[in-house]
Amino acid sequence: MIRIVLPTHLRTLARIGAEVQLNVTDRVTQRSVLDALEARFPTLRGTIRDHVTKQRRPMVRFFACEEDLSHESPDAPLPDAVATGAQPLYIVGAIAGG
Amino acid sequence: MSGVRVLVGTRKGAFILTSDGKRERWEISGPHFGGWEIYHIKGSPADPNRLYASQSSGWFGQLIQRSNDGGKTWEPVGNKFVYDGVPGTHQRHDGTSHPWEFKRVWHLEPSLTDPDTVYAGVEDAALFRTTDGGQTWSELPGLRGHGSGSRWQPGAGGLCLHTILLDPINPDRIYGAISAAGAFRTDDGGKIWKAINRGLKSEYIPDPNAEVGHCVHRIAMHRARPGVLFMQKHWDVMRSDDAGESWQEISGNLPTDFGFPIDIHAHEPDTVYVVPIKSDAEHYPPEGKLRVYRSRTGGHEWEPLCNGLPQRDCYVNVLRDAMAVDSLDSCGVYFGTTGGQVYASADSGDNWSPIASHLPAVVSVEVQTLK
Repeated sequence: MIRIVLPTHLRTLARIGAEVQLNVTDRVTQRSVLDALEARFPTLRGTIRDHVTKQRRPMVRFFACEEDLSHESPDAPLPDAVATGAQPLYIVGAIAGG
Repeated sequence: MSGVRVLVGTRKGAFILTSDGKRERWEISGPHFGGWEIYHIKGSPADPNRLYASQSSGWFGQLIQRSNDGGKTWEPVGNKFVYDGVPGTHQRHDGTSHPWEFKRVWHLEPSLTDPDTVYAGVEDAALFRTTDGGQTWSELPGLRGHGSGSRWQPGAGGLCLHTILLDPINPDRIYGAISAAGAFRTDDGGKIWKAINRGLKSEYIPDPNAEVGHCVHRIAMHRARPGVLFMQKHWDVMRSDDAGESWQEISGNLPTDFGFPIDIHAHEPDTVYVVPIKSDAEHYPPEGKLRVYRSRTGGHEWEPLCNGLPQRDCYVNVLRDAMAVDSLDSCGVYFGTTGGQVYASADSGDNWSPIASHLPAVVSVEVQTLK
């Protein structure tokens, strides 16, 4: 079970609480986790990554295990602690004013 | 019982202001989509309870929201805006070429007859359309494919398609305006577009009379006389009597002819409203006095309307989509400011009062007249 913590605006949009739990059957990567997240909450499509290119939106960040994973390959395995559910994957709106 | 619903888009959410036909007491609901930029929110002329809102954020991109109950509840619909084919390039401010890149929806224009059909004007400038209530969006590539596209440059706010006017008599005729490319018209439902900028003169481009490159801020059309257009350009207020084939300046005695919105009285096609702004470098009213100017002669002769508006120390702006009129017997006029005020006049502009005073910066104002 993968645990994901979304920023407030996306929780409101998807009408969910602070943490989402997902089953990811493939290898646990940014791509597979986001695929599963968007499949379960289609309203999130386009808000975290581009519809077509699947590139992370510039002001969205991925944190886990006290590391910034934003610039990792989307196909790189996420840390074991995320894959086992011991730690959540944080999807964060970058601090940039506003 | 008649009534009015004012749809206000702000930098931090949408607000809906409602009143009965007297327009004396107002109720405010919102913020809807709090914290998000609402560039535009507009109702379907064919079904007043069907509303569409453009919701966007620098963090999380573009969303489109739809309401089927006049704004009480909302549901997100499709937000996938993909240019048709290979997008090509336009120019940046520095003159270099840049590929078309979708950023946001500036303006939503629902069909006059079908609640499920809506046109969307986007940045980087292009026209999209949905025919399924917003679930899917397709580009009408003829506009961006106009031969001049590679020469378009963004205005200060971006390369945005901000004005869409649907001809109520000829359903194949649509007008669009882009900052800073100019005005365009199609007569075949969106396949082929023609630049309609003859008569515009813009000293800030190398050839002031160029086919494209003019920073058109807003165009208005009266539904009873769709061949007559009024334009607030970056500088200059203009008029066309031949569907945009040619334009004449009508700035007349305005204290400054820079501004953003322009609109027309619901029952008097020659009564036009603008909000003069001091200059392109100083986006606030001249002398710190917020004044709407009205022409009852289709231009040239303008009178200031200031009863109820702040006449000292006022340095707000009124953005291009932030003025609208209702169609009650005594025409109501409405506008919103970057200071978060929404002002209304129930008597064609003679007297004004704030109907909201402390909203986030207002980006757009639309009005629905409910019979």
